[in-house]
Amino acid sequence: MHELSIAISLVEAAEEELQKLGSAKVLAIHLELGRLSGVVKDALEFSYQIACENTALAGSRLVIEEIPVLIDCPVCKAPREIVALQDFRCAACGAAGGAVLQGRELRVAALEITENEVACP
Amino acid sequence: MSTEPRLVEVRRNVLKQNDVLARELRLRYRGAGVRTVSLVSSPGSGKTLFLEETLRRMRPQNSVAALVGDLATENDCVRLARSGAPVKQIVTGTVCHLDASMVDRALEDWRLEDIEYLFIENVGNLVCPSSYDLGEDLRLVLLSVTEGEDKPLKYPTIFNSADVVVITKIDLAAAVEFDRQAAIRNIESVRPGIRVLELSAKTGDGMAEWLDFLRSFGFPQLGEN
Repeated sequence: MHELSIAISLVEAAEEELQKLGSAKVLAIHLELGRLSGVVKDALEFSYQIACENTALAGSRLVIEEIPVLIDCPVCKAPREIVALQDFRCAACGAAGGAVLQGRELRVAALEITENEVACP
Repeated sequence: MSTEPRLVEVRRNVLKQNDVLARELRLRYRGAGVRTVSLVSSPGSGKTLFLEETLRRMRPQNSVAALVGDLATENDCVRLARSGAPVKQIVTGTVCHLDASMVDRALEDWRLEDIEYLFIENVGNLVCPSSYDLGEDLRLVLLSVTEGEDKPLKYPTIFNSADVVVITKIDLAAAVEFDRQAAIRNIESVRPGIRVLELSAKTGDGMAEWLDFLRSFGFPQLGEN
C-alpha cells in the first residue's frame, strides 16, 4: 500500500501550486487517475484525509476522475479502449499489440479555490 | 469574505519530483555508459538468487554492480556480495517500494564510469513499485513457477509496466504442476508481445540465454538521450 506516499506527494504538489496563487484557500483537488497508474482510488481517498492534516489543504476534498486505458490499435489505426486490464486487446476489433496512449496518469488537473477578499476600510 | 470558488488548471504530475530525478539519473547513466536493469517481483520469487547468479556469471567479463531494496535486514546484500561485485543495500524501513531519490542517494559514492551494468532489485512487491520510475532502461518482472499461473491477471499493472518477464525456478515446474502454457497465455493477455525468458538460477538452466539476451539488448548508447 503506497497510497499514503502518493497522497503526501499529492499534497506537496498542491501546496507548491497554491503558493504560486498567493492568498487562496483550496476547496478541492481534481485528480486524473489512470487505471494503469498502480494506485487504488479508495485507498488514495482514505490516505488523502490523513495527508492533509495540518497542511494548507486540510478540509479540502479530493475529486478523482478515473482515466480509461487507450491503446494505439494497430488494426483500427486509432486510439481504442482495451477489453480489460486482464485482456489487453482492442475493445473494438480484438487486435493486440498497440502502444499505451493513456491510462498511466497520476496528475493534478486543477485546484478549486476561493480567494480571500481584502475588506475595504 | 472570500470570492466565488473557481477552478485553476494545474496539470501537474503528482510524482513530478520523482520523474524529474529519474530523468536526471537516466542522463547520468547515459553519460557514464551505464546500462540499468531493475527487477520487480513478489517476495520469495527468487530475485536474489537470480541476481546473485547473474552477477557471478557476468564477472569478470563485465563490470557489474547492484543495489538491493528491502524493508529491513542486509541479508540480501550479504548474499549478493558473495558474487564479488559491488553491492549496496537500501533499507526502506516501512516504505514498500524504491523511488528515484533512494537510488540517487545510494549511488552517491560510486563512480558510475566504472560500472557497465547496474542492477536494481526492488522491494518484493507486485503493486507499489509500478508507480515509480527509477531511471532504468529495462524492467524485469519475475514470476516463479511456485506462485501460480494467474499472477499476471491479478497484477496486470506491474506486468504491463515491465519490458521482460522472467519465469524462475523452472526446476520445480513438474513438482508444482506448473501449467506453462496457461502462464504464457496470461502474460500475453496483460502485455501482448512481451519477451518471456524461462530459467532456474539454481540449476543454471536458461541462464546462458538470459545473459545472451541482456548482452545483445539494444540499450541506449553512451551519450544518447
